[in-house]
Amino acid sequence: MKLSVESLNSHYGPAHILFDVGLDVADGEAVALLGRNGAGKSTTFRSIVGLVAQRSGRIQFEDRDISSQPTHAIVRGGLGYVPEERRIFTDLTVEENLEVGWQAPRANAPQWTRERLFELFPNLAEMRGRPGGRMSGGEQQMLTIARTLMGNPSLVLLDEPSEGLSPKIVEQMVEAILTMKKEGVSLLVSEQNLHFARLISDRAYIIERGRICFSGTTAELDARPDIRDAHLAL
Amino acid sequence: MAFYVVQFLTGLASAASLFLVASGLSIIFGVTRIVNFAHGAFYMLGAYVAFTLTARFSGALGFWGAILAASLIVAAVGVIVEMLLLRRIYHVPELFQLLATFGLTLMVEDLVVLMWGPNDLVGPRAPGLKGAIDFFGQRIPSYDLFLIVLGPVVLGLLWLVFQRTRWGVLVRAATQDRDMVAALGVNQKWLFTSVFALGVFLAALAGALQIPRDAVNHDMDLRVIVDVFVVVVIGGLGSITGAFIAAVLVSELNAFGILIFPKISIILVFLVMASVLIVRPWGLLGKAEAPARRTPGLTVNPWRPLTSNERIAAAIVFLFAASLPFFAGNYALNVGAEIAIFVIFAASLHFLMSAGGLASFGHAAYFGLGAYGVAFAVKLAGLPMAIALLAGPLFGLLGAVVFGFFAVQLSGVYFAMLTLAFAQIVWSIVFQWVELTGGDNGILGVWPEHWAASASHFYWLSLAIAVLVVSGLRMATFSPFGFALRATRDSPLRTEAIGVNGKRIQWSAFVIAGTVAGIGGALFAYLKGSVFPDVLGIPLSVDALVMVLLGGVETVSGAIVGAIVYKALSIWLVSQTEWSKLVLGAFIVLIVVAFPKGIVGTVESIWHRRPSSLRDALLGSKIETAE
Repeated sequence: MKLSVESLNSHYGPAHILFDVGLDVADGEAVALLGRNGAGKSTTFRSIVGLVAQRSGRIQFEDRDISSQPTHAIVRGGLGYVPEERRIFTDLTVEENLEVGWQAPRANAPQWTRERLFELFPNLAEMRGRPGGRMSGGEQQMLTIARTLMGNPSLVLLDEPSEGLSPKIVEQMVEAILTMKKEGVSLLVSEQNLHFARLISDRAYIIERGRICFSGTTAELDARPDIRDAHLAL
Repeated sequence: MAFYVVQFLTGLASAASLFLVASGLSIIFGVTRIVNFAHGAFYMLGAYVAFTLTARFSGALGFWGAILAASLIVAAVGVIVEMLLLRRIYHVPELFQLLATFGLTLMVEDLVVLMWGPNDLVGPRAPGLKGAIDFFGQRIPSYDLFLIVLGPVVLGLLWLVFQRTRWGVLVRAATQDRDMVAALGVNQKWLFTSVFALGVFLAALAGALQIPRDAVNHDMDLRVIVDVFVVVVIGGLGSITGAFIAAVLVSELNAFGILIFPKISIILVFLVMASVLIVRPWGLLGKAEAPARRTPGLTVNPWRPLTSNERIAAAIVFLFAASLPFFAGNYALNVGAEIAIFVIFAASLHFLMSAGGLASFGHAAYFGLGAYGVAFAVKLAGLPMAIALLAGPLFGLLGAVVFGFFAVQLSGVYFAMLTLAFAQIVWSIVFQWVELTGGDNGILGVWPEHWAASASHFYWLSLAIAVLVVSGLRMATFSPFGFALRATRDSPLRTEAIGVNGKRIQWSAFVIAGTVAGIGGALFAYLKGSVFPDVLGIPLSVDALVMVLLGGVETVSGAIVGAIVYKALSIWLVSQTEWSKLVLGAFIVLIVVAFPKGIVGTVESIWHRRPSSLRDALLGSKIETAE
């Protein structure tokens, strides 16, 4: 098992956000975490990478317990994280942004170089020297994924990659994610957009009010419009 | 003409060391968000260590090797400080970090006296650069020329490091978003430590390079830190190029200001700083800062006026205090009056900090203006005491109106640095304008009139005014004005959106705090019978901050308890030890690390929880980071 989360509980100050969340990602698998705004998708991700201070539960990555490790150590272990808000370093150029994400290659994960990433995201290749702050939202989204891939991760947590992007850019995003999957990167992708999730993932979880309320294959989810309506419809 | 050129070159030479210190401060702030008050102390340590090493090793290699070794040794000390102290306080509000590093400064000041003695030390001249170059009859020391070249060279080297190395890229990334850097697998701890080491190295190098020009002494830290604050405020905190430009500007202003206003050249620097701030509030090359992580005063326990039971308790305490003259001697009454005066002073700063969220690092300016106001009224105008007493608050008010206008344009650490710089400017003017103020000799013979002269009468007078002032400030806190002020503190944008002029409200609060501090200063002048420039000094400003912090900045009136405990403690301490700065500095560091909520704040949080969770309450007194 690549990633295994059991009975994860998280708090922000006095507010209890996640209730016994459990989920798994197998080696080479792409899993979607679906849910509405505020359901707890980002908090789940932030808890896994150690950005939420108050968390409890068992989080295993490649059969090592990472639930008490600091963020940088978790990421060093090969777990890449792409935050929802992108958080590009706006003062740094595209190449410098990639440099910050760099880590030594590891045996169990595909290796990415700057040039390979520029092939994957041709738009970025054209603006190597441009500061991150002077890029469009879609370009920034690509840069933030490329930046994480520079760390040669074996698993990537992608937080709402399609949010706020134009349909054309979303298409490119699907392409890129499928390439990552083909290369052997395991993926956990949070989404509100069921259509997008269906294109890239094999299995899905639905989270609502901090609890996992559905788990199954994407095909099962397709066969159950009642679940979709109950938990995902706006 | 040649004279002016030489004057210009001298200015440039001074700019080099100022730039080294300021760039170090800027780099450290950029990544760690800590304004390292102790930066001046590291500068001073660099000079002292270099003095010792250059005395031991002679020759060109010995001298330059000693300069470098001294900088490295001090940088190593900086690393230890970072690992032991700063790592514990990266997540507390900026104010606490400023205070902790100030505490460190105090400790270092006493430590260097312990190790090197109190006298000025004169170091050797630089081998190979001992002479001077003749320029149309004027002489320029070769060493100055060396410094003039050094400044731009260091600027260029820093630029290369930050643009061309992986470490530099990581540092720039962390300056913008340190959590994201961690989320990309970089261990922030070592990044912070290395940045701190570089910053301290630069400061120590500046200090070490100073020894051929200036004597080494134990107050060079405060002198340089004020100049450095002015430089980074003008240049923009976090910008190295800005620091360079501003260092040149400030040094040239000093070099030429002396020709224009020989006595009070600092006024020129002040005028330039004020005009830069009006045009570019974040400095010449600075960027708008994100709002402070957490303004002081913000609290989880909602404030409320005293309940009737608490009023009765307060009245009992007051009656007890008022009955003191019936059983205490004159010395105790003098101490009591002094404590009452400091309650006034601390309460005024506390109002500004807790309700206003504005942490002034130069509040003594208004206390001191009040004291000098009285002295002028008595000595120059010969006014009777009842009227002269009013001159105190009037002076405090005028000072606060002028400085407050500029200060409230900024917030957070900029506000703190600017208020500190203002206070130091007032101090310099008073110190240097000997004809009017007597300079270091002060103004003597400001005694109270017969009706207030006895110890008990003066004690009652001070106590009564303290009670009035504290009640008044509490009423202001719970008035519509206080609500607007607190709303501005908590959310400037939303408050603006409901039609409150936040800046004007904060300015008014600043003026109120300054006026009240002036009342304290006025009484203080009469209590001591004299005024000296000390009443405007940085140490006094910091005393007030410690009182507020000790009482609890998140409380409504914690400063009262803080002032009583701190003043009593420090009067006792000064009588007990020669090394009061060392003890006091350690005490400040301890409060910040262990009890950031202060006495009243800790008591309150225990009160608000169930008694069974006493341990939690104590542990919880560490300030949580706001999400």
